Amino acid sequence: MPIVAIPSLLRNLTNGEESITVSGTTIREVIDNLETRYPGMKARLCEDDRLKPGLAIYINGLLTRGSIRERVDADAEIHFLPAIGGGIAAPSH
Amino acid sequence: MARRSHVQTTINGETVEFLCEPRQSLLEVLRDELHLTGAKEGCNNGNCGACSVILDGRLVNSCLVLGVETEGKSVETIEGLAAPDKLHPIQDAFLENAALQCGICTPGFIMSAKALLDQNPNPTEHEVRYWLAGNLCRCTGYDKIVRAVLDAAAAE
Amino acid sequence: MLENKEHKVIGTRPIRHDGVDKVTGRALYGADFQAAGLLHGRVLRSPHAHARIISIDTSRAEALPGVKGVVTAKDIPDAGDKVADLGEGAVNLKYLCDNILASDKVLYKGHAVAAVAATNPHIAEEACTLIDVEYEVLPPVLEVRQAMEPDAPLLHEHIRTTSLGETAEEPSNVASHIQHKLGDPEKGFAEADIVVEREFITGTVHQGYIEPHNATAHYNADGQLTIWCSTQGAFTVREQVAEILQYPVSKIKVVPMEIGGGFGGKISVYIKPVAALLAKKTGKPVKVLMNRSEVFEGTGPTPASFIRVKMGATKEGKITAAEAYLAFEAGAYPGSPVGPGAMCIFAPYNIEHVIIDGYDVVVNKPKTAPYRAPGAPNAAFGSETVVDEIAEKLGIDPLEIRLLNAAKEGDRRADGPVHPRIGCIETVEAAKSHPHYTAPNGKKHHGRGVASGYWFNIGLESSVTINVNSDGTINLIEGSTDIGGTRASIAMQAAEVLGIPAESVNPSVVDTNSVGYTAVTGGSRTTYATGYAAYEAAQDVKRQMIARAAKLWEVDEANVQFADGEFSSINGKEEQISFRDLCGRLGETGGPIVGSGTVNPGGAGGAYATHVVDVAVDEETGKVDILRYTAVQDAGKAIHPSYVEGQIQGGAVQGIGWALNEEYIYNDEGTMTNASFLDYRMPTCLDLPMIDAVIVEVPNPGHPYGVRGVGEVPIVPPMAAIANAIYDAIGIRMTELPMSPDRLLKAMGKI
Ligand code: FES
Ligand code: FES
Repeated sequence: MPIVAIPSLLRNLTNGEESITVSGTTIREVIDNLETRYPGMKARLCEDDRLKPGLAIYINGLLTRGSIRERVDADAEIHFLPAIGGGIAAPSH
Repeated sequence: MARRSHVQTTINGETVEFLCEPRQSLLEVLRDELHLTGAKEGCNNGNCGACSVILDGRLVNSCLVLGVETEGKSVETIEGLAAPDKLHPIQDAFLENAALQCGICTPGFIMSAKALLDQNPNPTEHEVRYWLAGNLCRCTGYDKIVRAVLDAAAAE
Repeated sequence: MLENKEHKVIGTRPIRHDGVDKVTGRALYGADFQAAGLLHGRVLRSPHAHARIISIDTSRAEALPGVKGVVTAKDIPDAGDKVADLGEGAVNLKYLCDNILASDKVLYKGHAVAAVAATNPHIAEEACTLIDVEYEVLPPVLEVRQAMEPDAPLLHEHIRTTSLGETAEEPSNVASHIQHKLGDPEKGFAEADIVVEREFITGTVHQGYIEPHNATAHYNADGQLTIWCSTQGAFTVREQVAEILQYPVSKIKVVPMEIGGGFGGKISVYIKPVAALLAKKTGKPVKVLMNRSEVFEGTGPTPASFIRVKMGATKEGKITAAEAYLAFEAGAYPGSPVGPGAMCIFAPYNIEHVIIDGYDVVVNKPKTAPYRAPGAPNAAFGSETVVDEIAEKLGIDPLEIRLLNAAKEGDRRADGPVHPRIGCIETVEAAKSHPHYTAPNGKKHHGRGVASGYWFNIGLESSVTINVNSDGTINLIEGSTDIGGTRASIAMQAAEVLGIPAESVNPSVVDTNSVGYTAVTGGSRTTYATGYAAYEAAQDVKRQMIARAAKLWEVDEANVQFADGEFSSINGKEEQISFRDLCGRLGETGGPIVGSGTVNPGGAGGAYATHVVDVAVDEETGKVDILRYTAVQDAGKAIHPSYVEGQIQGGAVQGIGWALNEEYIYNDEGTMTNASFLDYRMPTCLDLPMIDAVIVEVPNPGHPYGVRGVGEVPIVPPMAAIANAIYDAIGIRMTELPMSPDRLLKAMGKI
């Protein structure tokens, strides 16, 4: 099952757990399954069925272009990090 | 609008006539009236050298010279440097040395270098750096520009 | 993915394709654009750093003969609460619009308020002085720590600090808080034999591109809007203008002219939408140019920052824990590069326990824009100085301590992801064995310093089309504006695939109607990603050509192979034809060949640099001279080594300027007092020695030729390297940038 690295600012939702193994074949499923276990998680990561502005997804260390439809392998490691683009720090609002 | 004056001058060896307002700089005249846009505006106050041209054999910042001041004088710009089928050795040296990145400073540097080599054909590295200190380049760190000018001096 | 072959074109140094145009003055930059009936636009800017706009009266300006139109924020469609998706993450549209022309408040001196189009620039300038704006002046907030105080004047009443999706109750100038945490920092510090903690301040600095911003816009009668401009990304301009004007992208064509430097500063739009508004109002093409002080005061610099770094190590030099606090000035609207700063700060090291907090803070300065590895230089100034101090206190060579702790493949970055193959160790080793590092350096007041730096680089979208010519050349169509020789580095990758010389490629950078979507020239991505697209397009051509050869020889495609520019048949028939000759026979084998490649690669591969610098400190004047400079960098694979060296040298010199001279100097009212090239003192060639650029090649597995981005990381190490050299020279740790003569004299107790 994919492993999600929980950003430190969200670890209050996971009782301090730093990484969670959770099922899912897409980022969306992974987030939904996280939400079931740790209510409130989805609202912190998503907005209107998309990733929050200013967030980016890294799968196995590679930046993906931010869509929650992205597929993930069974052994994927997923990170949610501040988005960077075009030499630009994505605005936070 | 102020009355425009008639000016006759020589640019790159050709006699040129133009009308200009007294407040227009040579840089404005070259670029906007004569469409010689090789001289660039980086600051319009004499600090960057992107507008360098040679006026009666002397290197000037064309943004600091008035158009009307060129009456009866001779102006050399980057457009006049290369022969139709052959680049000037300084131009070749800039290409060979990759002495330009964005290239906006390049015409100014080349005109500056020409003015230097016209009066000092064998400058030392320090002399090149001293002479070119009026030209800003933000891309290259100057290393390859200095080498290009030294190479051009050796080739000429 | 990596092609481990000998290369014919890659690694050579051909003359760049646009070279002759650029040395003869023929290349057309944005300001060089001319059109019949052209009007000239100028912008009126706020004299106040913080004020409410009570009213704007443009009637006197409109009455001036020669004036054809005046626009204010009222001419921009109402943004409401809309969030604009610029492909780079979302942006609050109102911020974007308000930064173009202020609607209710001005938030920095130089903030655009209105614009005029007239028959010549002088009339437009004069008309600007006839616009009457009534302001209610408010107290400015000019420094990040002041802005973070609970009772600081607020720039935006509605901003509340967000921390990864959670929003605070009270309004604040702190727009967001980010955090990365790895391991147990408390435990890590407990394991340390030595802990060093220092605070750092860095000033606001500008990219300093020599060409000011420019834009010419024209609306056709059918509503087609064309914008000619200098930009790092034509498609980015199209997107931003479309959002701001709420106009369909299909009705906007952006024509990228040559660009005179950007370094990140020509991604955001300023006057491009203004030119469009004026063009709409007047029905004529309108050219708007900025002057130099407008560039300083009205466009994004890179932020000033306050940084605290704490690091602990064992006696043996093993770093056990690191902590950083980064507060960055975003300028007038949220969006400082504190995120990348936090990602990069400890990236040259493998540290088990790390905590990094970053704050994005609005202040009454221009909205910051990216500048070469945005955020990383500020951060590295702190961390690399502290590492130096630890090494010194432990009596360990500063490069040795870096080797001892160097990040390598498989190590975890503080922000989470695991490093792929990286060249951190290789750059430190190359620096250590460089003759510069081993040369004696004993003179009084001379010092040597080193520092390392990291930048992650990015991928993003690129598209390339190749048209095959009958004479064996190809026309390569791309969308990446060429700021430093990328036509050559992209063309060379296509040439390598097709076995033709670089000179047989004619690269063109074209407008947004003529090539597939291509993201900005930025993030050190152009040679990597657009080069990758060129590689793919050339592969596409190769596949099609193989089919043509098969047709010509009436054999199966599987029986045709291509090597060294020659197609040959295998299995049976002995046939051979060169790429060039086959190009001449396209007509008889099926017609023209067009190859295309589009990419959006995720494996940009981070870049590391290690710099060594010797300085001399003049005790009388406090002036620091750079005596010798060596910059080592991992380029993955240098496609055109001369232009890689150029990036390294240019980046290092920008860093030298940042270290020693450059800063925005503000008075109490929030006016920049040095908004000219005379007073904002960038390095000239007389201030510098040659910059020895050393290329290390640790191939990036995320690119067929192993390319890593090279443009940004060279600006990361210089500030710390120079600070460390100054310490070596005079025994004083400088913690504030720039390390200008007055600050040195103060530190030495002389004033
Ligand atoms: S434009 Fe003339 S010196 Fe800068
Ligand atoms: S090459 Fe860009 S300013 Fe010199």
